[in-house]
Amino acid sequence: MAQEHNGSEPQRWDPGVHSYASMGYYAPDYEPKATDVLAMFRITPQPGVDPIEAAAAVAGESSTATWTVVWTDRLTAHSHYQAKAYRVDPVPGRPGEYFAYIAYDLDLFEEGSIANLTSSIIGNVFGFKPLLALRLEDMRIPVAYVKTFQGPAHGIVMERELLGKYGRPLLGATIKPKLGLSARNYGRVVYEGCRGGLDFTKDDENINSQPFMRWRDRFLYCMEGVNKAVADTGELKGHYLNVTAATVEDMYERAEFAKELGSVIVMIDLTVGYSAMQSMANWARRNSVLLHLHRAGHGTYTRQKTHGVSFRVIAKWCRLIGVDHLHAGTIVGKLEGDPATTKGFYDTLRLDHVPTNPANGIYFDQDWASLPGVMPVASGGIHAGQMHQLVDLLGEDTILQFGGGTIGHPMGIAAGAEANRVALEATIKARNEGRDLIKEGPDILRRAAAINRPLEVALTTWGEVTFDYASTDAPDAVPTPSR
Amino acid sequence: MYLRHGAFSYLPQLTDDEIAAQIRYVLLNNWPVSVEYTDDPHPRNVYWEMWGLPLFDLDEPDGVLREINECRATYPQHYVRVQAYDARLGRQTTALSFLVQRPAHEPGFRLDRVEAEGRVQRYSMHSYATQAPAGERYGR
Repeated sequence: MAQEHNGSEPQRWDPGVHSYASMGYYAPDYEPKATDVLAMFRITPQPGVDPIEAAAAVAGESSTATWTVVWTDRLTAHSHYQAKAYRVDPVPGRPGEYFAYIAYDLDLFEEGSIANLTSSIIGNVFGFKPLLALRLEDMRIPVAYVKTFQGPAHGIVMERELLGKYGRPLLGATIKPKLGLSARNYGRVVYEGCRGGLDFTKDDENINSQPFMRWRDRFLYCMEGVNKAVADTGELKGHYLNVTAATVEDMYERAEFAKELGSVIVMIDLTVGYSAMQSMANWARRNSVLLHLHRAGHGTYTRQKTHGVSFRVIAKWCRLIGVDHLHAGTIVGKLEGDPATTKGFYDTLRLDHVPTNPANGIYFDQDWASLPGVMPVASGGIHAGQMHQLVDLLGEDTILQFGGGTIGHPMGIAAGAEANRVALEATIKARNEGRDLIKEGPDILRRAAAINRPLEVALTTWGEVTFDYASTDAPDAVPTPSR
Repeated sequence: MYLRHGAFSYLPQLTDDEIAAQIRYVLLNNWPVSVEYTDDPHPRNVYWEMWGLPLFDLDEPDGVLREINECRATYPQHYVRVQAYDARLGRQTTALSFLVQRPAHEPGFRLDRVEAEGRVQRYSMHSYATQAPAGERYGR
């Protein structure tokens, strides 16, 4: 930044380098329009860089600006296309960091394209030298833009209706070990888990088509396991067949085969990229197959507070893209998950109107205009002894996935599944009866275990296991909520 | 086999007091309640028979329990379930569903396979009970 915005300014169209603020990218009096895309960034300017100029630079570099004046701007209605930083606040308790609010006119974005939206908002700007660090904390997607997206292929309500499962979280497990099992042995784990009482089993993110197990063999054995378990129990079940592959054409081929075998669900990883995710969401809607998304890789850019993209923004994009399931944290398990931040993710995925709530990291009101909700998935280091906490914290519209907590059960996989199902049903029953889950939860589980041996063994094996570490990604609430 | 259906099919069969407690929760949420029965428990049999219309605007579980008991007395060897319905915008779907009766003997399902090419199996499920006509499936 060659010049300060408050110094003696050259005329707007003089050739050379001007401050971004002076070129119109800082507009403190701007009133965002209902159709504007709004973004809130956490900005850490380099020492000596004025935060307002830094915010203006982010607005400029994520919209129309380049580093110098170009006369060709004058061929456009440039002030319409310029993003505008309209508010800059110091972050409470975090010296050197600022929350910058930026408004973008809807015309800057292609309809229904997350790839295009992200190429602007998190395109070049994250490598911009005058910033030490930059984090996209939250976005407000205007209804006018929401309505250009398909949204979840089915959504929470349709998923429950097609499975015929109501009034309780769904139960799942990821097959372990995640790599190395042959297709035949892998299908055995699917069968045992499903017949024991799970609603779903799941491929892990890195199970695609490796030398030890090719995708087609896996699909065949998994569907044998699923169908046997459905016949054993009289209850619909599924296995998330991961169709992630090197090309979208390969993914279509695998998904078509999953559909041909009668699978109710397929799965993709976040690593496939936004356009491929959108293609698969459209495929899932066209073919009546649920779409599970594993957020593989997100921790590389969501976890650190000062740089990257908050997962609440990724969650918004995924809801627009149109997945039916998304991993969103457990709070109590082995993976990162501050309670307030995680509740913000769940609200973002499930509610139709998400009100501003800086304490949960939600900085804008978000209207989804009846776009269906995404089922949040809680997975990673959770076990039956935490059931009352999970239901209390995460509610009913969620999928609780116990991988090790099912497959590691000393009495076997089906017993592990049964233990989790009994714990879940006992907890829901008690909650509906008006009992206080946090106070009485352990007692509720013990009583259920007294007449169910698998649950008793599960509680004995894992009852005391907790993962109690400080979170890296907790919200820094601004005392005055945003407009 | 033991049919797994509804929210509480891994717990011991609910007593009438426990059923009443669940219905109290449903009514506190202003959800109408309905009673449904069937002798075709195939998991893709969505439309069980309705025991009358859904019960709207109730305050106490007694009325629902009365309907459940009449349904159970009329169809002692059928599956009977209680459904709660949430009509709020954005839901408009079943909020809770659980069994309140099951037949004494549940023969279960046969898994039928048809071989197709490329090792593909086409699966379908056949309920042993539905070999008999409706109404004669689980004895009287």
